[in-house]
Order: sequence, then C-alpha cells, then structure tokens
Amino acid sequence: MLTLDKLPVGEQAVVMSFTNDAVKLILLEMGCIPGETISVERIAPLGDPIAVNISGYLLSMRKAEAAAVEVRRV
Amino acid sequence: MSNVQNKSKIKIAIVGNPNSGKSTVFNALTGLNQKIANFPGVTVEKRIGFFNLENESGQKISAEIIDLPGCYSLYPKSIDERIPFQVLCDPDDESYPDFVIVIADASNLKRSLFLCSQIIDLKIPALLALNMMDLAERKGLGIDSGKLSEKLGVPVIPMNALKKQGIAELKKSLLHSFSPPEKDFTDVQKYSPGITEEIKNIIHVSSDYAAFQVANNFEWISAFHLTPEKTGKLKKIISDRNFDSDAIKAKETLERYGVITVLIKEVVHEKGIMQGTHVRSKKIDSILTHRVFGYVIFLVILFLVFQSIFAWAAYPMDLVDRFFAWSKQMVAAAMPQGLLNDLVVNGIIAGLNGVVIFVPQIALLFAFIAVLEDTGYMSRVSFMMDKLLRGFGLNGKSVIPLISGVACAVPAIMSARTIQNRKERIITIMVTPLMSCSARLPVYTLLISLIIPAGYFYGVNVQGLVLFGMYLIGFIAAIAAAWLMKFIIRVKEKSYFIMELPLYRLPRFSNIGMMIIEKVKVFLFDAGKVIMAISIVLWLLSSNAPGNKFETIEKKYNTASQNSGINHDEIIYKIKSEKLESSYAGILGQWIEPAIKPMGFDWKIGIALITSFAAREVFVGTMSTIYSAGDKGTRSTVREKMQSEINPETLKPRYDFATGFSLMLFYAFAMQCMSTLAVVKREMRGWKWPLIQFAYMGALAYVASLTAYQLLK
Repeated sequence: MLTLDKLPVGEQAVVMSFTNDAVKLILLEMGCIPGETISVERIAPLGDPIAVNISGYLLSMRKAEAAAVEVRRV
Repeated sequence: MSNVQNKSKIKIAIVGNPNSGKSTVFNALTGLNQKIANFPGVTVEKRIGFFNLENESGQKISAEIIDLPGCYSLYPKSIDERIPFQVLCDPDDESYPDFVIVIADASNLKRSLFLCSQIIDLKIPALLALNMMDLAERKGLGIDSGKLSEKLGVPVIPMNALKKQGIAELKKSLLHSFSPPEKDFTDVQKYSPGITEEIKNIIHVSSDYAAFQVANNFEWISAFHLTPEKTGKLKKIISDRNFDSDAIKAKETLERYGVITVLIKEVVHEKGIMQGTHVRSKKIDSILTHRVFGYVIFLVILFLVFQSIFAWAAYPMDLVDRFFAWSKQMVAAAMPQGLLNDLVVNGIIAGLNGVVIFVPQIALLFAFIAVLEDTGYMSRVSFMMDKLLRGFGLNGKSVIPLISGVACAVPAIMSARTIQNRKERIITIMVTPLMSCSARLPVYTLLISLIIPAGYFYGVNVQGLVLFGMYLIGFIAAIAAAWLMKFIIRVKEKSYFIMELPLYRLPRFSNIGMMIIEKVKVFLFDAGKVIMAISIVLWLLSSNAPGNKFETIEKKYNTASQNSGINHDEIIYKIKSEKLESSYAGILGQWIEPAIKPMGFDWKIGIALITSFAAREVFVGTMSTIYSAGDKGTRSTVREKMQSEINPETLKPRYDFATGFSLMLFYAFAMQCMSTLAVVKREMRGWKWPLIQFAYMGALAYVASLTAYQLLK
C-alpha cells in the first residue's frame, strides 16, 4: 500500500490506516484520521521532514513517521 | 452545578491547542496581573493571572486563572502535556479549577472540539471560547455558535481575543451557573466495563471519564501523589483487565472524531472557498523554506538580529553602567567609611550591576525570538534544520536555544522547553552554554587585542576574523559535544517531529511585550539571586586576609611614604595589589597556580579564573584591579598594563600568543556562569545535570587550554 512519505507533492490522497501505534495516536488526536483528505505540501530542503495539509492546517512530520501512514490516492 | 454568584474567590483553568491564541485570551483577561510559578514536581512553568468579576449584586469576585500548557488531548506526550491531565483529573490537586475555559481556534474547529469534548466529559463546568473568528470568516467558514452551544451543552463565546472582542462577554458568562451536560460524548464503559467504578473506589476523581483517563494515563500517575498502596491497587486493576490503553485511546479518539464530524456538519457551513490566508502563507513558505534561499534568508536574519542586539543594547548597557557607577559614588559618599560601606558599594551594588547589565540584551534577544516565533517563522526554521540537527542527537527545535545562546545561555536554556523528547532536551541544555555568549565578548576583545596584531589580511580585519573564529569554535564544540552525548545519555523515549506549522501572521505586540517582561523577571529574580550571592562572597574573599596581614601592609607603606617622596596614588595601588595578593582570594589564586601553570597561567590569572566563576565578564574587572599596581600612571589601560607584564621565569611577555590563546579557549569552554548553572538546576529539577555540565565543560576547557599552550609555547 502507498505510504504518505511516498506520496508525490501536491497529489491528493485519503488517510487509510497506520502501521505504528505511537505515531497513530499522535496523528489521530491532531485530526489526521482515516477518511480525511491529505496531501504533501512541501518537503524540507534536506529531503526530510515533510509538511502535509490535513484537516485545514499544515502539519510537519519526519519521513519515518509519514511511512507509518497508509494512504490511497484519489 | 457551580454557582459563581455566591463565591468570593474562584479558580479558573484555561486550556487549548497550541497556536489557538490561548495566551492572547489569558493576557486580555489579566493584563499585567500575572506571575510565574512552577507546578509541583515538574519543571513546567505555571502562569497564574488574576482578575476581578462583579456579580449582579455588585460584589467583587476575585478570579485566579491558570494557563495550562497547550495540548491536543488529555493524553500526555511530554512533561508539559502531563499538566492538563494532572490538574483537571485530580480534584485534590492544588490547581484543580472551579471551571475551565477551553480555547478553540475557530478556523480549526474540528481539532479544537476534540480536546473540548474530553474536557466536557470530565464534568468540570466548562465554557468554549471560539477564538480567531475573523480567520474562520476569511476561510469562508460560518459557525452557528448558538447551535454549537446547544449541541455541546456548554456556553460558546465567539471572540477575537487579539482585538479584545468577546472578552467582556466571556467575563459575563463566567458569572452564570453551569451544569455540565449529563450525556458523555463517548460511552467509556464499553471499552472496559466497570473499570471506572473500581478506580473510583480507590481514588477520588471528578467523573467516570476522569477515572477512565487515570486508567489510560497510568504511566503518568505519579502526578497524583498517591500512597504506594493505592498505586499498587490501581496497577492491579489495570493489569488484571489487560487494559490495552494504546488501543483504547485510539478507539476513543476515532469515536469522538466521529461524533464531532457529524456535529460540525450541523453547525458549520462553508460559504464558498476563500483560502486567501492559506495561499498567502504557502507563497511565503515557498520563499522562506526554499532549498537555497531558505538557508540564505535564515543566515541573513540571524546576522541582522545579532548586529542589532550588539548595536542597540550597547546604549542601554552603558546607561546601566553609568547609573551604577553614579550610585556607587553617591552611596560611598553618603555612608560612613568602613566595612559596611565597602560591602554595599563593592559587594551589593557591584553585584546588582552585574545582573542588571544583561537585561537590555536579554530583552532585545527575546523580543526578536518572540517575533520570529509569533509570526510562525521559527517553526519553519526547525522544519529546515531538523534533519541536520538530528544527526547530532538534537532536534529541529534545538535551533532556538542554540541561537539564543549567543546572547545569553540563561534564557536560551529556558527556551529548550518546547523540545518534547527528554534526551534531545537534555542534550540541547547541556551544550547550549558552549555557544559563545555575550559575557565572553569583553574577554575575547581584551585578549585578542593583546595577542593578535591589528591589521588587514586580504582586506579583512584580522582581529575581527579571530573573534569570529572564537564563535565558530564554540559552535563546533557544542555540536561535537551533542554528538558524543547522543551515545552516552540513555533515555528511552522515541523522538518525534510531529508539529503544526501555523499560518504566517503579523506579530502580536502585546503578547511579545508580556513575554519580554516575563523573561526579564525570571532572569532578574532567579539568576539575580545567585549572582548577588556570589558577588558578596567574592567581595568577602578579596577584602579579607588571614591574621592581620592587611594592617602589616598598610603600616609598611605608611612608613615608606613618610620616608620617601613616592607618589601618593602609586602607594594606594601598591597597597591594593599587595592586599589582593595576601587576601583569601589571592591565597586561592596561589593555591591553584600549580594546576593552571601547565596552561600558561599564573596566580593572578588564577584569581581572575576564580572570580569569573560567578560570571565571565568579571575577568576584565579583576584584571584591572590586579594590574592597577606598580605603574607610573602613564600606561593607564588594563590592556597596556597586561601587555607590559613579564613572565619572571621566561623573561618574555606574560601574555604571549600561547598564554592568550590558551586563556581564550578556557573562557570559551569552561562553565563559568553561576546563573546558567542555577537555571539548569531549575530546569532539570536537581543538581545532577548542572554538576555534570560543570564537570564536562571544565574538563574540556582544561584539556583544550593545556594542549594549546603546550603546543604553542
């Protein structure tokens, strides 16, 4: 399955599930819940972390954390 | 049911997501009536404010309001975030409120309502302040606050705290009676039936949901100060039931968001998409976090900030010095001559001077940092730097303390609080004092002028270049020490960099002003106490000698001056210098001389090293006292006196390149700052880390100076 760290910048996707419990909890309570639309807005100059658009705001996370988020392209 | 009308004193807690404008609301309610304390047992700052309400019969009700650290839920992820859980779930906590103001960012309603729903379920009377309504409006969101209030079962006050809109309404609704809604957002019973009852039998909690929180946050239970017996019983309940808190938290979160999503559809209507502020923010981001310009702009901003700190602070610092010089004269003249006079003038006033002199730089530095933070830029710097700093055991968020360290390590260390991961926070705090702070500047300036000839090398000022080199050495040492500590410090806590990047906005000057006042206060009172105490001790050590040595010296010179026509001033200098040599401070200097000799230092430098442990800048003052002797009065500056000093063993100048460079390295690395140690102790809640820091920096300084001197001499 496609994970968030592999989602190309600007493409829309939908959050499906998480593969890491700790990351899952942090992201869930920040509104990054399955079914929400998500997109990568930009990548930090050194290639990591990334900034994603979720639930109407901008959230930064490391690629390792994004790899725990499974998404489906829309 | 809570009825404020009959009370004369109430406690309010204010809680909300980071960036929801919580501080703005807090400041609007209290103005300057606020103070900083600490939550018992943790290094988290507790901001308390006071304001008055007036009930219908005109009686005053005094309200105490506590600003709880920003969080996204009641589930703690850092020491800071443990506070909302501790304060709101334990009715025996000293800060447990009569009710809670939940601040929501109206433009980010869904996420804000999640925290709000948890608070409502705790059954503490609550009120929702819908802040930043203007931003929601601009985003094209229409929020029916009446309907939202009806659905949530708590009052909802729309507001724009920055423009003070809604503050009066907020105060007014605090006076009304509240009864928390009966029905919970989620039925916690279904996750582990009966557990809440069992917990309520053991400890006192306000509601079923609070009991459920206790089960989920058992790892943070120490906040409740329970007897070991009760803790044991709780532990048994949780393990007997195989209570899987991670899975249950996730389920609960999803369920709450489910309810909220339905609710939002009913109360929010999108009036077409107007993403103006988002588009603007995105455009700014494409420049400020650009892969090349991003770093260039950051460096330029840094350069400008430091230029202005040094340029602008010079004037007020000069005023401070002049004021204290004047007070010294006034007091010295007004008080009768003697020991008390000397203590007040050279101990207390000199000590105060040493504290207050840093206020302009600290205030300016914090003003700049507050502006960078408030506009949303600092989080972008962390975003750009995270990968780079991660390799050294640091975090993107370490940028702020490291940068601030160039002005003063005290506020810099305080700013490391935003780093959630304990290991990264410890490392940041441990290495920040290696960044060359402003107190080293006078030391470097003096020594460089002694050992580096003035001149230009390919059009670059050589002395300036060496000064820059000293800053670079400090930075490299900080990074290298961080890298080493990465392998040594063992703290099991995973590091995350999940962080909101707020929209860019104009700085809110009232918040910034409040923050400057707050930081300066903390510095003056916390660090100030230590600096004062050390100054007085140093005064005692340098103005006293064992036995009647001082009298002997005075007698000797009195007879000498009667017998010959030696200049009166010169005798005073000689008396001063011999007194210093035989004082306790002088004895200490001579005592450590064998240890510092391999680094190229003599006992006079030894005294300066000892006095500099209060604060580095004391070096120059001590040097001028020591070298004010044996001199015909023609060469008046400290620099010239030091330059003419001869090493009696080698018959070469004392301050040659080897000694001077070795001394600069020592000042670059050694932990010669009581205020920093005091603030590290305060932040880390104990003497362990400041002592380790003192030891490792001392060792580093010793080895570096020794090596440099032995290689260069």
